[in-house]
Amino acid sequence: MKVFTGIIVGCIGMLLLYGVNDTGDFPAWGDPDSPANGSEISQYYITQTIVDTEVPNMVTAVLADYRGYDTMFETVVIFVAGIAIFSVVRMMEDSGWHAPEFLRKPDLVPKHTVRLLVPVIQIFALYVLVHGHSSPGGGFQGGVIMGASYILIALVWDLETALKRFPEKMAITTAGVGILIYAGFGFAPVLMGEEFLNYGILHHVLPGVDTPQMARYYGMFGVEIGVMMTVSSVMFLIYALLASRGLMKKGL
Amino acid sequence: MEEFIHSKFNYWIYVLLMMIGLWGMIAKNNLIKKLIGMSIFQTAIILFYVSIAVKEKEANIPILPHHGHDYSPLAAAAHAGHGDGDGGHKDDNGHNASPEGHGDHGDHGHAGAHDPKVPVPNEFANPLPHVLMLTAIVVGVATLGLALAISQKIFKHYGTLEEDELLKKVRADDYV
Repeated sequence: MKVFTGIIVGCIGMLLLYGVNDTGDFPAWGDPDSPANGSEISQYYITQTIVDTEVPNMVTAVLADYRGYDTMFETVVIFVAGIAIFSVVRMMEDSGWHAPEFLRKPDLVPKHTVRLLVPVIQIFALYVLVHGHSSPGGGFQGGVIMGASYILIALVWDLETALKRFPEKMAITTAGVGILIYAGFGFAPVLMGEEFLNYGILHHVLPGVDTPQMARYYGMFGVEIGVMMTVSSVMFLIYALLASRGLMKKGL
Repeated sequence: MEEFIHSKFNYWIYVLLMMIGLWGMIAKNNLIKKLIGMSIFQTAIILFYVSIAVKEKEANIPILPHHGHDYSPLAAAAHAGHGDGDGGHKDDNGHNASPEGHGDHGDHGHAGAHDPKVPVPNEFANPLPHVLMLTAIVVGVATLGLALAISQKIFKHYGTLEEDELLKKVRADDYV
């Protein structure tokens, strides 16, 4: 079996190395005219993002506006993964498994370090979310940082302490509400006679927004808030379910 | 020689990671080790995509400098309406798109006051592969979590995660 696998893996590796090195088809390193870089669509994103949406971060603009449909269903995939994990491992009654006793009491130094650290982490998560338009960041990154702050609480204290801050029902609700916010921002333009997720038309209804470009800017921001809610709660839910073997108490 | 290594290094690492991941997924007996192999495989793909997005040395991250004020037609129009007395003030370094280009923050309004700069495609990395990988990473974490949950359930039911023992037990279950 090992020999067989070695032959397969070696053959694939050789083919890939040959493709990368020797054929003339593979574009050179950093070639600005390679099919990926020189294509019309990539050039359009770089030159027209600021004209269409006023967002300096092209990645955010492509993520939440030009390819908003794709991102919406990526978020749905995350939500579905969370629900699937919930339905696979969640156990309502105690099966007799308990965390070892010595894990229950947090040490003095980690406890107080985390007490100071968690608010900073959460503010940083919101910063990453809000500044996703003009610097690297956005809903996915901010959501993961926010989820990590709760996981840190669960690691240093225990799962019950973290679940007191962010209960299981609230986590599932928040994940669903995040998707609804995203879909709502997509559906609002439909009500006004535009395509799904075409935020430009929203400048008629958003207060203080008078151009379609700024409507796209704030539409993207709303969508990112939805993404952040889903991602952060699903991340924490995954950890909580896996660490407690589905019991949601007495975790690691 | 150095040029050759420099231009192929990322792709070599990508092939190496892909082989390690594939080896882990096929040859390893333990389900968790298979999952680790899958994650390494995923990392290889991410490295490949991000490497493709690289442009020549001058290219920057795909974010317009100065909050995009120099590039935005709206900001230019607003400034032109605000006061067009300083027509002679068009800045000379307007074609330098590097983020650390001109340091003083006071003049970000008058830079390109009348005609906004157009981003040059060769000065910014390709944003599209970054977008695709951004979502792929988070979705990868979620699906990995699902795989771990199923492994946990399997362990709870069969008491092992070794593939050969597992197959024996599954077959014994079937025949009874």
